[in-house]
This record gives sequence, structure tokens and C-alpha cells, in this order.
Amino acid sequence: MTDTLLSVKNLTLNIPTGSGTLKAVRGIDFDLKRGETLSIVGESGSGKSLTSLAVMGLLGKSIKRQADEMRFDDIDLQKANRRVMRDLRGNRIAMIFQEPMTSLNPAYTIGDQLTETLLLHRKVSKAAARARAVELLEKVGITAAESRLSQYPHQLSGGLRQRVMIALALMCEPDLLIADEPTTALDVTIQAQILRLLVDLTREMNMAMILITHDLGVVARVADKVAVMYAGELVETGPASEVFAAPSHPYTRGLLRCIPQPGKTERGAPLGTIPGIVPSLIGDVSGCVFRTRCAHARPECREAIPLRGDASHEFKCVHPDGALSEEGEVA
Amino acid sequence: MSDVLTLDGVKKTYSVKQGMFGPRKPLTAVNDVTLSLGKGEVLGLVGESGCGKSTLAKLLLGLEKPTSGDVLVEGESMATLDRRGLAGRLQPIFQDPYSSLNPRKSIYDIISLPLRVHKIGNTASQTKAVKDILDIVGLPQRVMNTYPSQMSGGQRQRVAIARALVMKPEIVICDEPTSALDVSVQSQILNLLGELRREFGLTYLFISHDLAVVEHLATRVAVMYLGRIVEEAPVAELFEAPKHPYTKALLSSVLTPEPGLGVPETALGTAYPNPINPPSGCAFHPRCPLATEHCKTVAPRPIQTEHGRVECHLHDPESPMTRQDAA
Ligand SMILES: Nc1ncnc2c1ncn2[C@@H]1O[C@H](COP(=O)(O)OP(=O)(O)OP(=O)(O)O)[C@@H](O)[C@H]1O
Ligand SMILES: Nc1ncnc2c1ncn2[C@@H]1O[C@H](COP(=O)(O)OP(=O)(O)OP(=O)(O)O)[C@@H](O)[C@H]1O
Ligand SMILES: [Mg+2]
Ligand SMILES: [Mg+2]
Repeated sequence: MTDTLLSVKNLTLNIPTGSGTLKAVRGIDFDLKRGETLSIVGESGSGKSLTSLAVMGLLGKSIKRQADEMRFDDIDLQKANRRVMRDLRGNRIAMIFQEPMTSLNPAYTIGDQLTETLLLHRKVSKAAARARAVELLEKVGITAAESRLSQYPHQLSGGLRQRVMIALALMCEPDLLIADEPTTALDVTIQAQILRLLVDLTREMNMAMILITHDLGVVARVADKVAVMYAGELVETGPASEVFAAPSHPYTRGLLRCIPQPGKTERGAPLGTIPGIVPSLIGDVSGCVFRTRCAHARPECREAIPLRGDASHEFKCVHPDGALSEEGEVA
Repeated sequence: MSDVLTLDGVKKTYSVKQGMFGPRKPLTAVNDVTLSLGKGEVLGLVGESGCGKSTLAKLLLGLEKPTSGDVLVEGESMATLDRRGLAGRLQPIFQDPYSSLNPRKSIYDIISLPLRVHKIGNTASQTKAVKDILDIVGLPQRVMNTYPSQMSGGQRQRVAIARALVMKPEIVICDEPTSALDVSVQSQILNLLGELRREFGLTYLFISHDLAVVEHLATRVAVMYLGRIVEEAPVAELFEAPKHPYTKALLSSVLTPEPGLGVPETALGTAYPNPINPPSGCAFHPRCPLATEHCKTVAPRPIQTEHGRVECHLHDPESPMTRQDAA
């Protein structure tokens, strides 16, 4: 398949800690075509940000990355040297980080930071770079864009900074955009505006996007494909329409029951919950990671868990249908 | 329903610098707000970032003093209540369960602090009160001797709720109490808030960006824009028949987990207002798809609706806009 832009197979991330190795990400697979949006959704600490940093080649030195394959277009990301990675980042692969301040330099103006990326990777004049910066600032909903160019990051509110980050990531028209919680800090109205912009760009520029979020509403409205992550594993992956219509892993179903759904959940009625907490990923991690919180857990759940479903919609659960029919899952 | 909390024409103006060397200018964070909470009600407060929700919460908690107007607790002016009296009636739950708990204090110390500060009971009765409240919020008694760093986000938020409830307040001011939590933890906390309300007849002010959560929990909803309450109505009415164009835009931006519907167009534009130099007339006019010349010059007045009120010329029978429509 030539139209696959990103392919990741059996990615594993281990982090040495004082009390043993933290098996933060364990054997995950995903791929992405041009123009496609994959959403990674899951519990805090499940490894979403680490996965995206692994693709960007930005993991901390102590973190050990292993994979059977990590390919971006024709480039083997595991073999790529630092110069190749630097060339890719900000240019063909751009990222919007969860912490806005990590990618804005407090010592430079917004204008300098926006134009620098473009001047570094493309043969354009300064005037053209400025024009592009103004155009993108306006697109992300920043008024008086021209005058913002001379401001410093600390002079902007959190929401404005977040939007500058989004503009920054789009300067070079990347082939792949990784957006880690891009709209979590924003209002619902500006969130809708920015998500629309991102969706339009994936269409116009045939840009692929990995969108990391906690928000199932955002996933449903934006993603083509969904990957549900729990404690370092992908427990369910598939087309968004199928995952929402027939969620097949008990964790996915649990997530959907936890949120009030206007028109479906009765106002004021108790919401579903997922009792318990995420297990420690230090030491022996085997069997189904969700079994400690699962209403259907049985002895077999301690063994290796097969991948079920068909090639496009897969889930990891010993129960053939994720025990969809069984009782006792509610609340 | 008797009102337990009333804001009467409350205004809060800060003096802020624009830019690093600019002169100080007034910023009106809460602009002449009149609002009341009936006993047992959950008033949801929504509106965009910076519109004044947290400032309103601080005014209600006595953490900020109104520049003008008055806050009444069960008919008594807040200015006349002492701290202990206030703490026994109103308690806050804030957004961040990580920074709002002192990491060096044990859970027992954290929860019993309000009792000790206000010298309520002796050590034995304070210990009993802490144990009882832990039970109520669903934490095992053994956590009393642990520290916040040993707890998950959901457990910490339960501690924050326990600390708020140990004084047996009637009113709890919740400022984004679940926005830092995973949805699986959020649902537990929302269920807990619902149970406590039913069991103890608590009254909540509930501030949140998540409209689905507000719709689920609130009995009434107030929508704030640039320091003013632009619409207020019972929850069903507000969500099913929103009147103000800003309320409509807010509701249309809600992303329900329904694939295939795509991301809606808000038609709001991005002319974000500057609170130091607010727009003339109706503060919402630069972003309103329905604004007319009249909206640019004349500020709308509050209009009573069936069960609430709205501030918009389109709903004012006396405004030229509606009169032209009728003609
Ligand atoms: N540099 C590091 N050293 C040690 N542990 C780390 C490091 N970075 C991440 N971790 C741990 O790895 C796990 C996965 O972290 P990650 O940041 O990928 O989670 P996440 O899914 O992005 O969560 P969130 O939704 O809260 O952003 C967590 O348990 C985290 O504490
Ligand atoms: N102590 C202060 N000094 C000066 N200005 C302030 C102060 N506190 C708040 N403001 C300003 O008052 C306005 C309202 O702020 P507030 O924190 O109440 O907003 P909010 O609605 O809670 O926003 P968010 O949804 O982002 O929490 C903002 O313009 C803010 O910058
Ligand atoms: Mg993260
Ligand atoms: Mg606030």
C-alpha cells in the first residue's frame, strides 16, 4: 500500500525508574493514510503523549523505544539520523504540544517564531513568510493579527497562546500533524472553530492528523479512525462510526457510559462509572490490563489476550464480543 | 422556593495595566449582576473564558468585595457576616485537586482544618466529623493518615469535597470541579455531588465549560458574556429553547459523541471583546449574526421571559427591532 503515510508496528516504550522498569507502552500498532485522522483517546497516563513523542523522535534519553516498524512515507524513523529528523520536524511532521509553553520560546516575538520555521525549511522571502503568518493567525481566530507579530508569548492569554501554537504547527503545511489535546484549554465556541479549521486542512492539503484527546465528543466529530488506549495498550481500534456504534471492549463502553449524552442520558440520573484505578505498569504486566476494573473479568483474563474482530475494527478481550450481552456492567 | 443566596446589582471592577508600561485602566469583570439561588437548586454558570465566572464565585465566597451592590446570604448582607458564619454556610470546591490541597498535610489535617480554624468542637468530635464525612464522600477511613501525593486525582477531589462539606454548608460553590479529571473519575464526582444534594438539600453554583455536564446536573442555567448574565432559565427551557444568540451559538458548539455529524459552524466570528474597552451598546454585537445598528448603540435591558430572563433587543417588545418585525 503506497498511500500509507505513517506505519507503526509493535511499538514498545520502557522507562527505567527507581523501583523497576515502567512498561509505559506495550506493543501497539497503528497506521495512517494521507488525509486521514486518527484519534487516540484514553485515561490520563495511558501513554498517549509518549506515543506521539516516539513518532516525533522527541522522547527523553532514558526512555527505551523498540518497534518492528516505524515508517513515515519512505523514511525509516528508527534508522533516521538527527539531521533527517530535524528536517522532518516542524516541516513534514508538525506537533501541537499539550503544554503550550514547551514550544514557544519566551525570548522571541510571535512573528519571529512563526516565520523562522518557514524560512528554515522553505525558500521564501521574509515578506512572504510574514504574510503567511498573518493569514494563519487570522485563520485560528486571532484578531489584529498583524499587530500580534511583535508581541511576546507572555503577553498573550493561555487561549491565544494555544492558537499561536496551532498556527505555528501549520506554517509549513505538514503532511502529518500530531495534535496533543489541542483544544482542551479553549472555549467550546473557539474549540469548534479550530477543529473545523483542522478538518478543512486535512481535506484541502490532504494532511494526515493524529488527534489526542480525552473528549469523546471531539473524537466522534473529527476522527476517521479511533484508537482507545488503556494503560499502555490499544484495547480497541476501528473506524469512528463502528467504534461508537458497536463499542466492543468493556473499557470503551465504560467510557461512553461515563459521559452525560444530551438527549440520551436522563438529566440528573446517575452516570455510569469505571470503579477502581489503573494498575501499576512496573514489574510483571501480563494478561488483560483492564481486568482489575472489568465487570466481566474471569480467570482467562490473566492469560495472553487475543486480538479479535476484523482487520479494520479490532479489540483485545477474551469475550468474543467484549461480553456485550452480559449483565453487571452498569454503574 | 426561598432564596438562599442573592446577588443584588453586584459589580466588580479591577484596575489593570495594559501592556508593561501602560496606565492603569478599569476592567469590569462582573457588571451589575442580579441573580438568586433557591434552596436545593443547582445553578449552572456558563460562558467563555474570561467572562467573569470565577470572579462571581469569589464574590459569593467573600474572597472578593463587590465594588458596588450587595451579596445576601439568606437575606443577610454578606458584609455583616463574620468569617465563621460565612464558612458554615458557603464552601468552595475548585478545579485543581492537585494544587488546592497542601502536600505537606495529612488528609486528616486537610479535612479538619476548617473545624480547627473556627474552633468547632473538641478533638474527639472533630475526628468523628472527619470520619463521617469520609464515609459520605466514599473514601475509606484509613486515608486519614495519608498525604495528597499518595492519592489519585479522583480521590483528591473527594478530599476537597470532604473539606468543603465538613462545615455542613448549605451552599457549595463549584468552580470547574471536574475539568482536570478523567471522564471515568468525573462521573463518580458528578454522581457524588448529585447524591449529596438529594441527601442534604445542598444548593450549588456549578461553573463549567462542559455544557453536557451542566445540562445533566443543573436545575437552572445562567449564561454570562463579558461580565453580564445575558440569559437565565430553567435547564430544560434553556437547552430546548435558547433565546439569546450567544446561548444559541454556545449550544450549537457542543460536540456530542455522534460520529458523522462533523464539526458545526458557529457563525460567531472571532471578534473577541477586550474587557478593558468593551464594545458599545450590546457587548455581544460585534459577534452577533443578527446585530443591527440599534444593537451597536443601545445596551439591551433585561426582559422577563416565562421562567427566566434574557438581555437582547430581539426579545424586547419595546425595541425598534421587534417593532419593525411586527409592522
Ligand atoms: N520522562 C518520564 N519519566 C518517567 N515516567 C514518564 C515519563 N514520561 C511519561 N511517564 C509516564 O508514562 C506514562 C504515560 O505518560 P503519557 O504522558 O504518555 O500519558 P498520557 O496518556 O499522555 O496522559 P494525559 O492524558 O494525562 O496527558 C505515565 O504513567 C507517565 O507518568
Ligand atoms: N485579580 C484580578 N486583577 C485583574 N483582573 C482580573 C483579576 N481577576 C480576574 N481578572 C479579569 O477579570 C475577567 C474575568 O476573569 P474570571 O477569572 O472571572 O473569568 P472566568 O469566566 O472564570 O474565565 P475562565 O473560564 O477562563 O476560568 C478577566 O478579564 C480577567 O482577566
Ligand atoms: Mg498527555
Ligand atoms: Mg474561571
